[in-house]
Amino acid sequence: METYFLILISTVFVNNIVMAKILGLCPFMGVSKKLEAAIGMGLATTFVLTLASGASYLVNEYLLGTELFYLRTLSFIVVIAGIVQFTEMFIHKSSPVLYQVLGIYLPLITTNCAVLGIPLLNVQEQHDFVESLFFGAGGAIGFTLVLILFAGIRERLETCDVPAPFKGTSIAMVTAGLMSLAFMGFAGLVK
Amino acid sequence: MLAAIGVMTAIAVVVGVVLGWSAIRLKVEGNPLAEKIDAILPQTQCGQCGYPGCKPYAAAIAAGDADINQCPPGGEDGVKKLAELLGVEVKPLDETHGTPKPKSVAVIDEQTCIGCTLCIQACPVDAIVGAAKQMHTIVAAECTGCELCLPPCPVDCISMIPVACDLPHWKWKPPVFTLKLVA
Repeated sequence: METYFLILISTVFVNNIVMAKILGLCPFMGVSKKLEAAIGMGLATTFVLTLASGASYLVNEYLLGTELFYLRTLSFIVVIAGIVQFTEMFIHKSSPVLYQVLGIYLPLITTNCAVLGIPLLNVQEQHDFVESLFFGAGGAIGFTLVLILFAGIRERLETCDVPAPFKGTSIAMVTAGLMSLAFMGFAGLVK
Repeated sequence: MLAAIGVMTAIAVVVGVVLGWSAIRLKVEGNPLAEKIDAILPQTQCGQCGYPGCKPYAAAIAAGDADINQCPPGGEDGVKKLAELLGVEVKPLDETHGTPKPKSVAVIDEQTCIGCTLCIQACPVDAIVGAAKQMHTIVAAECTGCELCLPPCPVDCISMIPVACDLPHWKWKPPVFTLKLVA
């Protein structure tokens, strides 16, 4: 039990996928303009990432094994693409509003490098099935957390008196850097 | 080599079966044609077509209950696009539903407004803010220029101001071909 808790804390705060590993920056910059869209994107990514890390663990363990390791990236991508397609259909059915808000970013989860990165890290760190699930869910919760925090900051920045050369993406980049520095403060909390 | 091909095929088959099954199971009931028509309509929600909004009108066109020339805000251009989408003849705008006007937004004369909230209830897009006995005002970015707020106003303090052609609204003029009569 303690291991799982440590994995969660470690992936959400210490080794945050966006802030410490610098993965998944595309949706981090792209979908953080509106808080609502950020929450939706975070939830969709959490769903996809948890399923993807479980499914890719099974694929890696029972289909690929040690001799077919070179198929890892390829087969993970196929599995992730399938899961994203499934998620898209599921959201279209269950919440048309969220479907419209997410728009193009939903199929783009396929190319979110965090979603491929976490299954690959799972293999590298030799997690078992449940640990993989927790690692995936924790990474996704960390991603959602920073996405929501960042969207909140950016919504406030909109109304701020930002010097003209820094307006828009540049101040967002500076903010992302400062947030990353702040997350460095968690280093050493858990191994 | 064979094992690799086998594994990839197995993954592809499993993913394909799951997606195929969920495509049937999670099918979204909706009328794709009505949605396409709705995308062409100007979304003024003015009701001049005789339907309570753009979406019901789109559904009626898709069902064959309404003609394509009942939307004055869409103008001749809108009729043309609808005819193209539905593969029917272009016809002139039906004058009984009104005539196209330049795009305009409603403006409340705040000196005269008595705060009766009648226009707020009439507005189909919630572009009017205000409360009872408080001055009302119109959010210009949300106003579609449908004129539905004009009739209920008891003091006639709302006027329609045409949108000036400034930088954010400027568009290329559609190309005009002059047809020559040959013999």
